[in-house]
Amino acid sequence: MNGLPMNGLPMNGLLVAQAGQPEGLAPLELPNVEYSAMAPHLILIGGALVLLVWVAMVRRRPPWAWAAFTVAVGLASLGASWLMWLDVGRNGPRTAVADAVVVDGYSIFFMVLVSVIVVLGALMGESFLKREDIRGPEFYVLMLLSSSGAMFMASANDLVITFLGLEILSIALYVLAGLDNRRMESREAAIKYFVLGAFSSAVFLYGVALVYGATGSTNLGEIVGYLQSSVAPANGVLLAGVALLLVGFGFKVAAVPFHTWTPDVYQGAPSPVTGFMAAGAKAAGFAGLLRVFFATFDTLKLDWQPIVWVLAVATLLVGSVLAIVQEDIKRVLAYSSISHAGFVLIGLQAANEKGLAGSLYYLLTYAFMVLGSFTVVTLVGRKGDARHDLDAYRGLSARRPALALAFTVLLLAQAGIPFTTGFLAKFYVISAAVEGRSYSLALIGMLSSVVAAFFYLRITVLMYMSTDEEEAEEARTEPLAIPRSMAVVLAVSVAFTVAFGLLPAPVIDFARDATLLI
Amino acid sequence: MADLAYLIPALPLAGFLGLVVLGRRAGDPRAGWLATSAIGLSFLATVATFFELLGQDAHHREVTKPLFTWIAAGGFEVKAALLVDQLSITMALFVTGVGTLIHLYSVGYMKGDEHFARFFVYLNLFAFSMLVLVLSDSFLFTFLGWEGVGACSYLLISFWFERDTAATAGKKAFVVNRIGDFGFMIAMFLLFTTVGSLTYKEVFEGLEGVSHAAIVAIALLLFLGACGKSAQLPLFVWLPDAMEGPSPVSALIHAATMVTAGVYLMARVSPLLVEAGGALTVIAIVGAVTALVAAVIACAQDDIKRVLAYSTISQLGYMFLAVGSGAYIAAVFHMITHAFFKALLFLGAGSVMHGMNDELNMKRMGALRRWMPVTGATFIVGWLSIAGVPPFSGFWSKDDVLLAAYDKSPVLWAVGLLTALLTAYYMGRQVFLVFFGEERWRREEQDGVQGNEPSRGRPEDRSEAEPPAEGSHSEPHESPRLMTTPMVVLAALAALGGLLNLPFGKLKFLEHWLEPVFEEAEHKLSPGAEDLRLVLALLAIAAGAGGIAIAYAIFMRARRTAAFQPALLKRGSGGFDDLYSFLVERPGRVIANFTAFVFDARVVDGFVNGAASVVRMGGSQLRKVQTGYVRNYALGVTFGAALLLGYALLRMGI
Repeated sequence: MNGLPMNGLPMNGLLVAQAGQPEGLAPLELPNVEYSAMAPHLILIGGALVLLVWVAMVRRRPPWAWAAFTVAVGLASLGASWLMWLDVGRNGPRTAVADAVVVDGYSIFFMVLVSVIVVLGALMGESFLKREDIRGPEFYVLMLLSSSGAMFMASANDLVITFLGLEILSIALYVLAGLDNRRMESREAAIKYFVLGAFSSAVFLYGVALVYGATGSTNLGEIVGYLQSSVAPANGVLLAGVALLLVGFGFKVAAVPFHTWTPDVYQGAPSPVTGFMAAGAKAAGFAGLLRVFFATFDTLKLDWQPIVWVLAVATLLVGSVLAIVQEDIKRVLAYSSISHAGFVLIGLQAANEKGLAGSLYYLLTYAFMVLGSFTVVTLVGRKGDARHDLDAYRGLSARRPALALAFTVLLLAQAGIPFTTGFLAKFYVISAAVEGRSYSLALIGMLSSVVAAFFYLRITVLMYMSTDEEEAEEARTEPLAIPRSMAVVLAVSVAFTVAFGLLPAPVIDFARDATLLI
Repeated sequence: MADLAYLIPALPLAGFLGLVVLGRRAGDPRAGWLATSAIGLSFLATVATFFELLGQDAHHREVTKPLFTWIAAGGFEVKAALLVDQLSITMALFVTGVGTLIHLYSVGYMKGDEHFARFFVYLNLFAFSMLVLVLSDSFLFTFLGWEGVGACSYLLISFWFERDTAATAGKKAFVVNRIGDFGFMIAMFLLFTTVGSLTYKEVFEGLEGVSHAAIVAIALLLFLGACGKSAQLPLFVWLPDAMEGPSPVSALIHAATMVTAGVYLMARVSPLLVEAGGALTVIAIVGAVTALVAAVIACAQDDIKRVLAYSTISQLGYMFLAVGSGAYIAAVFHMITHAFFKALLFLGAGSVMHGMNDELNMKRMGALRRWMPVTGATFIVGWLSIAGVPPFSGFWSKDDVLLAAYDKSPVLWAVGLLTALLTAYYMGRQVFLVFFGEERWRREEQDGVQGNEPSRGRPEDRSEAEPPAEGSHSEPHESPRLMTTPMVVLAALAALGGLLNLPFGKLKFLEHWLEPVFEEAEHKLSPGAEDLRLVLALLAIAAGAGGIAIAYAIFMRARRTAAFQPALLKRGSGGFDDLYSFLVERPGRVIANFTAFVFDARVVDGFVNGAASVVRMGGSQLRKVQTGYVRNYALGVTFGAALLLGYALLRMGI
């Protein structure tokens, strides 16, 4: 301080006044945390912690009780989500916790969806764990934590929160993929998923950094404000950041060319985990993707629409074409899930309100279809979770007619046969594309669904073919039991698929009302 | 108002679902009672709704009851709603009323059948579909019911599908009806493109902006649909074969209700028809010609049910003649009385078959009134009614139709009158052959001649009848009370049904009731025709009496039994089937063979297989990318990221 002595005093006084704190560190202002804005997330996390403590404290461990507890937690979070839905309906959407978390129809839509997936996933897992003799509550704990991550992705209003949600979701999933660690494939799947997932997370994070560099904020609302106020909204750094964000999301939702992990991981992971992954992780990935692109980078849509178009086309074609040449049911369903991601991307590419609602409707209905499908896969896989070649389905209708019928319904729904939710979902996104004048994309979508119909029908035909003597003998010695919890999952998914295929209005309204805040 | 209306279709639906769930467990006769009570309660709901409407002011008797939104996708919305008005309630009343009686009769008739429960599943499903057809407020849901009754008709015609003829007859009905359904569907498409809606109300309000040519086209296409369902020329060939079904089915579906759906449709779209002037004349001519042709063919039939089938076609022709003459009320009136007396006649025929071990050939019957007094008496009531003898119901309704036809054109009236004469003749012939004269069944049995013609009874019965058990044929017997009671009720209705609409001032109940519906469309009789009413009525009575007299002279006085058969008439019925197979079947087969073995096998399959192998090959090539090595996968992600980044940079022009 070499100022004049006359006015040095007050300066010194100021210094003295600040001497109590180390220089350069402003007091950390803790934001006001509104726990009610994250009630479902917290219920899931709390449930996971309670489960861990319970296992450590209580000696007798009836595994079915853990499943029941998880189901209860899922239902509680479903109830909490529903209350929030009513609240938003009355008071309108809002942001909370220093603008980092958003409570709107969109985020609650995914809270509802994820809660339902938790309930069905726990029911799927229970008898599987018993059959494979996998002890411990890790499955439930990890699933609950992973689901809370999925919810954070949906309600994030800040790219940092999105990233946190992505990591909470993913890390639990890596472990889940390797849960059946006596099986080589399971371990391999976990490692592959982890390495590639970490790689794509890094790319995503770099995208966040670039966006921050270009706009000066990671908060979605502030980014929108910046884009609206600046004269030339697009610049190279920002666009590169958006592109890298798309890579990160594309990896999570298995869009081509970021899909390469999908078949191997789907095949190797325990079947119920694969079902959870296909329903939950895909929904979470899209939850982040759709919000960021629809709401935040809406003004840039002329820039990102072409690239999403390319991704959608590649995803649709690669998914449906490669599914045809597979001989393993889990790989078939893996490629089919890739092609379904392509359909959701059609809704994104349309970049209109109908496209958003269509994508949401697609994700909701697909979750039921895929959970039901993987329930069948789990059952037919038998002890060892290994019999996943398509031949295992030959003549299933003769042994288990109800199971074959349920699988047929779910497969036909995925193929988009009318009077199922699958048809309406495809119809919805394609009509959004038509409305957005992406005629070529609509056409490619329809063509790829024709190709896709082939492999769904192939499995269906296999199930209704007669078995030879040897297999009939095998069926007698190894009866295919259907535990009650699995039957519940099947019944719910089939009932949902058919009932709302016939009377679509309530679910379509739900998806349409799930509007974004911004 | 009309809060009970939704129950009308819901109850038969509930009965159907209940029976499906119960399946065979419902058993015989519990399934029958369940089904009967479902439709009986539905009848009560209809009656309640009817009285509720009656309590309203004449112009406020039309209510639309929304049920639910079926499809709501953006601007496209399909709502299910019931249209409760005078016309639909009138239809619902006789559908459920006659339906209840026939359900009751079926409990007795189907007793001991192997598929007893299944029969009532179909019957309740039919009732539900028919009520949807009648009560719907839009073309779309009417079409849904339309297809539903068609499917039920198919299932019930081939109910005894073990028999080839029954299975074939079912298919024939299905295929012929498809032609008509095409007309209906194209009409709906045209309506949707021109008016933009499919509810009756909006369509009729939006007609002003539509060109006359389009309206005529729509009217004729709808009439094509009606022709299929109501068995009019040229699509009538399926109905006689439909008699392969059990008799209660013939009574309910192929006489009283489903076949009148075409007439109902025409009545429902009367505001549209009135705009399409020329189409009405086409309808009137087709109706009159059908009535005459079918009556001629009916004169040559020996099969007790086929006579009634052709008679039904002929009477439906009358209804279309009335519609074409703009006399919708007369058409509805005749539809109601016809439902009474024709259902009665079919039930009577079923009762005769029941008592005669499933005999169908009238030449092997005779003098049955002594053995089956109730059946005989009720059948005679039905006969007098259809022959147009006053004061039976058929006289009044036929008189209204003929009067309207006269006003349209005296030629049409003459055709109608000739048909009336023929009707009285062939029905007289039937009654005299079956219920009077000698006991020919006794004689034939002594001769040891057993019918070679296929009987149309239950398959298992027939196997029992070959070789004929001793004395199995000897004593015809009256049917059980369960079957005769509905017949007695229907006989009362057939006798007194005319009271609904006596042509004297205030006694025209039906006319006053239906007037608001047909306000604009109903053709007002010219004063000249009104004056002629009495003369025309006397002429009609004379025609009826003449027909009966001829039949009496031939079959009672001359005792010619059945040997008398005008040769020309005999060919009549077969001729149409032959003509159809020449015109449709043979070229159809050539085209089908070409499409199946040349076009489909080479071109379509070639294309499909080619496309499939291209996809397959592409898949196999792409598959090689999936190596299983993480490093390659990471490379893939990197490649994608580079692509996206490259695009971003290009976009910025760097």
